[in-house]
Amino acid sequence: MKKFLKRLKHANRISFISLWFLLFLYLIAFLADFISPYPYDLQNREYALCPPTAPRVFHDGRVSLRPFVYGIEIVNPAFQEYAADTSRIYPIRLFAKGTERTLAGFLKTDRYLFGTGDEGKIFLFGTDLHGRDVFSRVLHGARISLSIGIIGVSISFILGLLVGGVSGYFGGKTDVFLMRMVEIIMMFPFFYLMLALRAAFPPNLSSVQVYFLIVVILSLIGWASLARIIRGMVLSLKEEEYVLAARSLGLSSFRVITRHILPGTFSYTVTALTLSVPGYILGESALSLLGLGIQEPYPSWGNMLSVTVGNLRILTGAPWMMIPGLFIFLTVIAFNFLGDGIRNVADPKNW
Amino acid sequence: MQFIPLLFGMTFISFVIIQLAPGDYFTQLQMNPEISPQTIESMRRNFGLDKPVIAQYFYWLGNLARFNLGESFSYHVPVSFLIGQKLKNTLALSVFSIFFTWLIAIPLGVYSAIKEGRWQEKMMSFFAYIGISIPSFLIAMLLVFFAARTMVLPVGGTTSVFYINATGWEKFIDYLKHLLLPGIALTLAEIGWLYRLMKNNFLEALGSPYIVTAHAKGLSDGRIYFRHALRNAVNPMITIFGYTLSSVLSGAALVEIITNWPGMGRLILDAVLSRDLYLVMASLLIGGVLLILGNLVADILIAAADPRVRLR
Repeated sequence: MKKFLKRLKHANRISFISLWFLLFLYLIAFLADFISPYPYDLQNREYALCPPTAPRVFHDGRVSLRPFVYGIEIVNPAFQEYAADTSRIYPIRLFAKGTERTLAGFLKTDRYLFGTGDEGKIFLFGTDLHGRDVFSRVLHGARISLSIGIIGVSISFILGLLVGGVSGYFGGKTDVFLMRMVEIIMMFPFFYLMLALRAAFPPNLSSVQVYFLIVVILSLIGWASLARIIRGMVLSLKEEEYVLAARSLGLSSFRVITRHILPGTFSYTVTALTLSVPGYILGESALSLLGLGIQEPYPSWGNMLSVTVGNLRILTGAPWMMIPGLFIFLTVIAFNFLGDGIRNVADPKNW
Repeated sequence: MQFIPLLFGMTFISFVIIQLAPGDYFTQLQMNPEISPQTIESMRRNFGLDKPVIAQYFYWLGNLARFNLGESFSYHVPVSFLIGQKLKNTLALSVFSIFFTWLIAIPLGVYSAIKEGRWQEKMMSFFAYIGISIPSFLIAMLLVFFAARTMVLPVGGTTSVFYINATGWEKFIDYLKHLLLPGIALTLAEIGWLYRLMKNNFLEALGSPYIVTAHAKGLSDGRIYFRHALRNAVNPMITIFGYTLSSVLSGAALVEIITNWPGMGRLILDAVLSRDLYLVMASLLIGGVLLILGNLVADILIAAADPRVRLR
């Protein structure tokens, strides 16, 4: 593993950076409760659709060592017009006080990693329609968007490896039947199939139920293409002599497939694993974007974008509502870079 | 022809899934005190919903054989009418974007394969990377944002206000103008993949022994690229065509919803939200049929382009 990382670092700088970037994102998602300056569902009704407040260091031509934000002056509450009130200055404090909440299920605290205390407001990415801090919601939304990729990929990989392995190893009628199943799934546009599967369940489920539903739907669609490729590899691997040796030792078919054949496909599967994570993230975003996924008030990157769909006033007046889209993009491109890097390194031709 | 049993399998599976789900369109109607239970019961019978699942499926298949896709629960018009209305918009969008994707991606792929390792190739590959990674709905959103800010392109719908008075030619131009926004969004979303595939295919072709032979014979570069390498690099692309259709249709559906282009995307989404069973099934079926037709076209094209396939 260490050797692998070293090789990745030398062979492909950008995928190495992507790896660290992704680890950073996952860490942020994990610590979202602590890092975000407000709870994800805290509404500031008087500050709806407030533009981002930038942290500043200059005031009246002087440099302030401690970054601060200006106060927000409400110019016109009906049309959500705001201006910076340069007479009020709120320094950004570490471990600032805020509303009390429970960390990690047991730790009750009113301290946040950073904030402006009680009077000032700091909205790094602006606020949404209900005056909720977009920055805090992006951090919390990362939990859903990032974890669905990993869990969904794991499930469909287990399915894909098993079906592909069994299909290629046994051949004959099993193979024909399983591959027909695969073709049926691949014969339909991904998005249509996803919606049709979603249609099978009531539109209004709780967030936890929807989360599992999305994982199941995406995995049910996702395993097919993998199974087909694994089958092709197994077909050629099963003629190898070590497989013959394992079989003549009297090992069970299951053991031969899982212990001797599938590891041979490893370099391919790790690459495919990384490269297919974005598909799941995008699938979740698309469903949530259309209002069929994670429900309010819980944020996901997809459902945060949904207010902009078909609402030109919000889209043009509050472009910061598209920031979750930027995060989706960054995550996807990082996974793509990482996958390409792994492919280059895992390919024996490049050693 | 092997596709037909696949289609049956798929329709059956999704039919069963939708049936297994608790409740149907009428459970929502039952909440409405203005509709009497008798009315609902008779509607159920009309749609064959009181029979067992298997019978309902064959009821639906039998209608399908007579090109009757059933009736929409919520619109009370034949499903085929609804789909016909939207399908032409989705097809226009898909054809538009496929045409421009291929028109732009193929030359760019060839060019950057020739310039492999130079700055031109690096720049284009970088942009292709961004294009591959940026979700189609985000592209559509950004385009809508710029279009609404600058007012250069109309957003949403297929026609302008003055459409009724327009002549046939003006109508066509107006339609194209409205098509431009979703069309560009979908083209941008698809172009990166195709560019990368084309570049890799062309590079592979350039590394083949017959190219070395051609060089050794003293052929000009242009002749080698366009007579020898291009023909061999394009053939696998035609096979890809059938596969890309799936992502084009999926992308089209999303882009349509974001840019408010009245196509299949909106229709199927509304059908899912209102649990309009026959409409969902028919949309899914149409999606599958389109893919099959696309694969068929690809097979014919490859036979036309590749003499080795033709001879077989």
